[in-house]
Formats: sequence, C-alpha cells, structure tokens
Amino acid sequence: MKTVDIVIIGGGPAGLAAALSARKAGTENILIIERDDELGGILNQCIHNGFGLHTFHEELTGPEYAGRFIDQVKEAGIPYLLNTMVLDISRAGAAPDACADAGAAQTAPETAESAAAGGARHIITATNRTDGLFQIGAQAVILAMGCRERPRGALNIPGYRPAGIFSAGTAQRLVNVEGYMPGHEVVILGSGDIGLIMARRMTLEGAKVKVVAELMPYSGGLKRNIVQCLDDFGIPLKLSHTVVDIEGKDRVKAVTIAQVGADRRPIPGTEERYTCDTLLLSVGLIPENELSRAAGIEINGVTNGPVVNESLETSEEGVFACGNVLHVHDLVDNVSEEASRAGTNAARFVARNSGKTTPPDTLNTQAEAGETRTGAKTRTGAGEIQVRTGNGVRYTVPSFVNPERLDGNLIIRFRVGAIYKDASVVVRLGGERLRALKKKIIAPGEMEQVIITKDELLQHENADSIEISIEENSAAQAAQSR
Amino acid sequence: MEERTLTCIGCPMGCQVSVQMDAGKILSVTGNTCPRGDAYAREEVTAPARTVTSTIPVTGGGRKVRIPCKTASDIPKQKIFVVMAQIHKAGAQAPVRRGDVLIRDVAGTGVDVIATGDVL
Repeated sequence: MKTVDIVIIGGGPAGLAAALSARKAGTENILIIERDDELGGILNQCIHNGFGLHTFHEELTGPEYAGRFIDQVKEAGIPYLLNTMVLDISRAGAAPDACADAGAAQTAPETAESAAAGGARHIITATNRTDGLFQIGAQAVILAMGCRERPRGALNIPGYRPAGIFSAGTAQRLVNVEGYMPGHEVVILGSGDIGLIMARRMTLEGAKVKVVAELMPYSGGLKRNIVQCLDDFGIPLKLSHTVVDIEGKDRVKAVTIAQVGADRRPIPGTEERYTCDTLLLSVGLIPENELSRAAGIEINGVTNGPVVNESLETSEEGVFACGNVLHVHDLVDNVSEEASRAGTNAARFVARNSGKTTPPDTLNTQAEAGETRTGAKTRTGAGEIQVRTGNGVRYTVPSFVNPERLDGNLIIRFRVGAIYKDASVVVRLGGERLRALKKKIIAPGEMEQVIITKDELLQHENADSIEISIEENSAAQAAQSR
Repeated sequence: MEERTLTCIGCPMGCQVSVQMDAGKILSVTGNTCPRGDAYAREEVTAPARTVTSTIPVTGGGRKVRIPCKTASDIPKQKIFVVMAQIHKAGAQAPVRRGDVLIRDVAGTGVDVIATGDVL
C-alpha cells in the first residue's frame, strides 16, 4: 500500500490552502484527493466577485481565487487525485473488512500490516475509474470536504413535487457551468448568500425574480449582497415570510408565500400568490461529515462539524478539519486562513511522530473507538481549557485549547444566535473578565472572532475555561436587521 | 440639505454611511469606519459603478462549455444591462486563460471583459 505523510480530503479552497501550508511547514509527502474532475471546489461555480479582499487585498471572482491557489499547488508540485471518492477513514490495523476484501486483489501483497510498519496511522479507502478501489496509508489526515445545501425535503413545504424546484447552488451550477437556464420567473426562499447571488445572476440572464422570502426577521446574507444583488435590481426582500404552497403538477406554476409570526408559523390572511415557473431554495448549508462520523469522530451538534482543539485537530488523533466541513463560513478568506493553520498543525504532527513508528494495537483500537463517541470530555486532557459559549453565542471553534501546544495567538471563531446592536463581545478567562470588545452590530450571518494571546493564556495558567458571551450595552436588541 | 443613507459594500462590515448633500454637492460623509467607506459613498451618490460577472459559451473545451468572465474594472451601474446584452452575444474558442480579453471595450465603456477561469 502506498503511504504518504498527509492525505487531504477535498481539493476546494480549504484543501488547497491546507496543502500549501503543510508543504511550507516541511511536509514533503502530501496527497490531495478530490472527487470532482478539477481542483477548486465550489469556487469554480461562484463566478461573482468579492473574494480575496483579505487574502490578496483585491476583489477576485471565485474561479480567480481558486486559480491562484491551484497555481501555487501545481508550482509546489503537490500531488493530487481527481475524480476520486474517499469512502472511508480508519485507523491502521482497523480497516473495514468489506473494503479490505474488495481491495484484496490489488493490495494483497501489501496489507494493513505493512502500512503499520511504514508508520501510517490512518488508512484511507478511496475509489476511482482508473485505480478501482484502493487504500492509502497516512500519518495525518486533513478533512476539507466542505458542505452541501439543505434540500427541500428538510423543510416540509406543502404542495406537489413538480419540476422547477432547485437548490440555489444547483441552479448556480446549471447557469454558470453547464450553461442552462433553470427557469424564467423565479421566487427564492431563503436570503442566504447563495440565494442573493442567484437572484442577481438569474436577473442578469433575463429571468424575472419576483421576490426573495426569508423566514427569519433578518437576512442571513452579507449586507453587500443585499445591496448589490437585490436593491440594485429592485427585487423585494420579504423578511418573516415563508412558502406555504407550491402549485403545478409537471412544472411549478405558482408559489404562495405568507408572513410568519414570532413562532415562525404562517399568519392566515397574509398569503400572497406569485405566478412563477421556478422556486430556488437557499435555506442553509450542512457540513459534509459522513466520512468523519463513520470514522467515529465527535461531531458538534450546533455546527454539524467535528469538535476540534486549538490545533484544529478532531477527537481522532492526527485527523484535522478546516473550512466548511468544520463550520460553515461566509468568507473564503477565513477558510483559507483556517485551512493553512490546519495544514501547519498537521505538518507539525507528522514531524513529531516521524521516526517513532507506533504499530497500532488492534485490540486497543477497537476499545478506544467506542470511547471517542462518548463525548469531548474524555479528551480534555491535562492542560486543556474548555471554550464555553456564553449568552448569545451559538458555538465556538475551537472547543478546547491547550496553551502549551498553541503556536502564536489563539483565534476563536463564533456565531451569535440573533442580531445585536451596540453590544459587546465579552471574553472571560477562568471566570475573570479579560476584555469586552464593542461592536456596532453582531449578526448571525457574519462570523465573528476574538484573539487571545498566548501570553494572556499562560498568565492565567489556572484558568479552566474561556467563555465568549454577548453583553447588550443598551438592551436595545433590534429584531430587524435593516 | 438632503441626506442619503447607504450600506457600504467595501467589505463585509456593511457600515451604514450617511452622505449630507446640498444641491448635488457633497458636504460630508459620516458613519464610515475606513477611507474606503468614504470613497464608496461619494462615488455611489455621484457615479455608481459595478463589476459585472457572467459566463460566455466556449467551444473546443471538451466537457467545459462556459468560460467565466468579468469586466476588468467597474462599469457605470446604469450600463449593466447593455454590457450583459453584449456578453450574451459573445463566444470564445479554447484555449482561454485567466486574464485573456474576451470582449474589448464592452458597450463603449472603455472596459474589457476578461476571462476569470481557464478552458484549455
């Protein structure tokens, strides 16, 4: 079996940035595995501009942003596999039986044993058309699989199931990559960024976008997109509205939306019917963690991404996560930054563990696999500080911090559950108020971050927790975002 | 005196910027938190401009049938649909590389439409 130092699953913005930083940090033997037929991930269909303001200090389109990273990966000579689907991540010595059997014909001379001898900690099972089913051993794994869209089935919208209902990202791919127009008269449910971007895109391609309905009393999209994608074209945004009926048997004929109350239930008598042939859904993104779950990696119930420590390492030692598979980001620049930290940390992990081959104990592996599922607390080892979510904060990444392991400052990213105006982000270290950062506006649609220096952490060496919370300065929490 | 309130789009902050005007002259800009906000607000009330992005059909690229493109810099906002009309008529032949000019001086704006991806 082939063995590499780091396998990166996913060749989108997270995987590309992770690969580059891992190489920069000294790891030579890296492999990126991508299921699509090109690198770049979802950026390839995000043809709009606005990417890269932080990373490159200029506004790029998605393909341009991806292109710059792809160029660097190719220049660095980092190997990658395209059209290749990873099926399983296992600990060496505990590879799944079915795959081991199926791959036996090809990998018979070199079994999992030889992987262990080569120092591989993890076995990646993957498949493609040229190599069939195959396995690769790796010291470290970086999860960079991204996310997918929440489908209609998750929404319980009444009505028939006619043609003409698309997720916004599917419509984006049809228009921008395949060159098809999904429809001519459009209603969009959900004001997430993809929905807003598609409202403009469909308009520019000659469609009439009649309305964007948003269940929440605020938009989950960036302000910039509301201005440039809706306001510019006079497309109405109806907050606190949802779809209550879809008409049409073969094709969508009309969509009825209604206002919702504070309980998010439709208010009778507020229905408005829009004739249209297309309904686009932009109703949330879900990190794609089937592989992580199957590998027994602990998942955070709020983000639907792995629980990670300050090194972006999951509950499985040597498996790191970054980008939208970890938590859904608004800005690709943040993905790149986070992924390069994951890459550096994975390279360090490899350097720490190289030389000492640790043949995994098969019996122990089985026992431990059960334990990792029981909860993060099993992992809070000596010197680990828990990051807690206080008032208003839905989640934080990371969930645990070991100040000793920290290289440089600690970046904690988080999201709030409602819109706060004139509020403060309060950071507590071991119960002591470290600082309060005043913010004009904090919104669920825009990821926030706080930075705690390593010195601050070391000065509070007895602190057992970090807490991030929102304090309202004027108690004037606005229900409306704009 | 009149006042126009805008949402700055210079970065994800989305600052609410107010422009105080008198007879078409800008008296002051408030609410911005960086110089970009000031510049954006001044331009937005006098000569609003946008970058247009789209795709153009490409032949000879195998499975790739569209090349993504953009106006190389901002064009006047009121010309968005004129620019789109010309983009809709355009075509390209592979190989096309990032930065290649696909339409020169689109709709008389003096701005080129360039490829933002590669179809080789």
